[in-house]
Amino acid sequence: MASPTKRAFKKVLIANRGEIAVRVIRACRDLGLATVAIYSTADRNALHVQMADEAVCVGPPEGHASYRNIPNIISAAEISQAEAIHPGYGFLSENAHFAEICHAAGITFIGPSPETISLMGDKARAKALMREAGVPVVPGSIGTIATEAEGLDVAAEIGYPLIIKASGGGGGRGMRIVTAPDEFSNAFQTAQTEALQAFGNKEVYIERFFVNPRHIEIQVLGDADGTIHTLGERDCSIQRRHQKLLEEAPSPFITVALRSAMSQAAVAASKAADYVNAGTVEFLVDPEERFFFIEMNTRIQVEHPVSESIFRYDLVKAQLLVALGEPIAPPPPKPEGHAIECRINAEDPWTFTPSPGTISRLILPGGPGIRVDTAAYQGAVIPPHYDSLVAKVISTGKNRDEAIARMLRALGEMKVDGIKTTIPFHLEVLKDEVFRSGRYSTSFVEHFMERREEHSDKHSDKSKDPGPEA
Amino acid sequence: MTNEDIKEILGLVREHNLLSFEFERDGTRIKIARSPLAPGSFRIAQEGELPSSSDSGLSLPSPSAPAIRSDKIRIITSPIVGTFYRSSSPDASPYVEVGSPVAKGQILCIIEAMKLMNEIESEVEGTVRAFLVENGQPVEYGAPLLEIDLKAEESA
Repeated sequence: MASPTKRAFKKVLIANRGEIAVRVIRACRDLGLATVAIYSTADRNALHVQMADEAVCVGPPEGHASYRNIPNIISAAEISQAEAIHPGYGFLSENAHFAEICHAAGITFIGPSPETISLMGDKARAKALMREAGVPVVPGSIGTIATEAEGLDVAAEIGYPLIIKASGGGGGRGMRIVTAPDEFSNAFQTAQTEALQAFGNKEVYIERFFVNPRHIEIQVLGDADGTIHTLGERDCSIQRRHQKLLEEAPSPFITVALRSAMSQAAVAASKAADYVNAGTVEFLVDPEERFFFIEMNTRIQVEHPVSESIFRYDLVKAQLLVALGEPIAPPPPKPEGHAIECRINAEDPWTFTPSPGTISRLILPGGPGIRVDTAAYQGAVIPPHYDSLVAKVISTGKNRDEAIARMLRALGEMKVDGIKTTIPFHLEVLKDEVFRSGRYSTSFVEHFMERREEHSDKHSDKSKDPGPEA
Repeated sequence: MTNEDIKEILGLVREHNLLSFEFERDGTRIKIARSPLAPGSFRIAQEGELPSSSDSGLSLPSPSAPAIRSDKIRIITSPIVGTFYRSSSPDASPYVEVGSPVAKGQILCIIEAMKLMNEIESEVEGTVRAFLVENGQPVEYGAPLLEIDLKAEESA
């Protein structure tokens, strides 16, 4: 390792808030790097502000005026003399323009190059590149579809059901599922209109739609000399409306051979994109164990701790070392044990309605195999302006059963008063037979909620709100 | 009443976590109010709180000072993050001095951010009462920059 005096940077500004800002501050501290927090006026007493060596207020509560305010964030780096910026996830983490401005201002952006971010942010271009690199992609149109007639021809080749997606989009907007040719015309026009309204670009593309796929991603880490390391997969199939709720690694579904094939594809994908630093290649896996590239996330993921736990590897520290141009230790070739992450959100556990407020009492779990990543403390405010993640509880065990048992123990210990949280939801999922079997797909949550309602109807004479033991 | 007196009162208001405070002496009246709507704008009693970051490192004028909306004084705060300057260049004379009369829209100072000079204009008519930051000092969003004694009809 280079001596501290010769380091490429010594002070890092964290352009984020909440648990990920805390996570990055910890990694900086482990490496002897000074830290600068930024915050909005709603986050004056937030934990990341208290923990960082320095803190700069960058704007009012609204995210676009503070945590996405590029001029104020660059100015904050300049006045605090921070030489590098870690973007965390969300906010500006996948904004190629921001990465470019950092470079122009002589600030190291901790992540891949602006060109890579921009390429992977354009879903149609990314897919075309992957196809060239020999990475299996979801069967679909080559590039965007301009007219309905062209779309119908392509649809006939791909087969039904299919999905029409906005090229510039994400988050479910500009997406339409089509199950038969006679629905195509209407869906195509609606998708174009939605794409134009939401993203200012009416370009759409078409893909095969999978009914019960698994959502599995491969963690990659590209070092400065072009080597791409992989840290296995994470199964992120437990999601609701494209929001992940629980992740686990290894996937209970994946064989050693499939893991190896998917890891090789992820390396090919990363090399094609000249990928440097931590990233994630997302795949859909069908019940016949065929896998297809969906997209690459050019940032650290919320669920990175499950990979860290089974590989005993600090990914955020590795991100900093790669940006410093210092050597990283290669991750171990094989994972050990099993890890699960439950995202504890400030939401009603059954309606998922946000529940901002002040945490009046907080008891965090601990003990063997439990890690908690959070910015919460007793008295902390969960503001209504940002995402609802309060804490990530990560359990690790020698196998899946032990990881589940430890998570049940941890969530049983955990107490959060003053706001509603999704802890009751997770406790029920962890006891659910389908979840326990490991045979679940992205439609798990929908089916789980249906089963729960049926159960509740049967028992309605006994109790209005059947608890986990009901 | 001096600036030091006002600062002391602000300190006490913060210390005791008051939402509003009024004070009158020798015909001068001061009213301090803090918005209960902004969740971060008041300090919550905390157990095991870490030392505040503002105690070390960068010493920035903190935006956590309660906004004074006294009948007679207006505090001008920074709308952006940057470096505070009282003049357009090191050789130029300051835009305003303590005691300078100011009109609405008049330039009071500049905040340099990303090599751009952002002129800060007065939103009120009155007289410069005091500067709250030094020339060349970094400021964060919301940092109090200067105090204006409001002109009589505005202070009604």
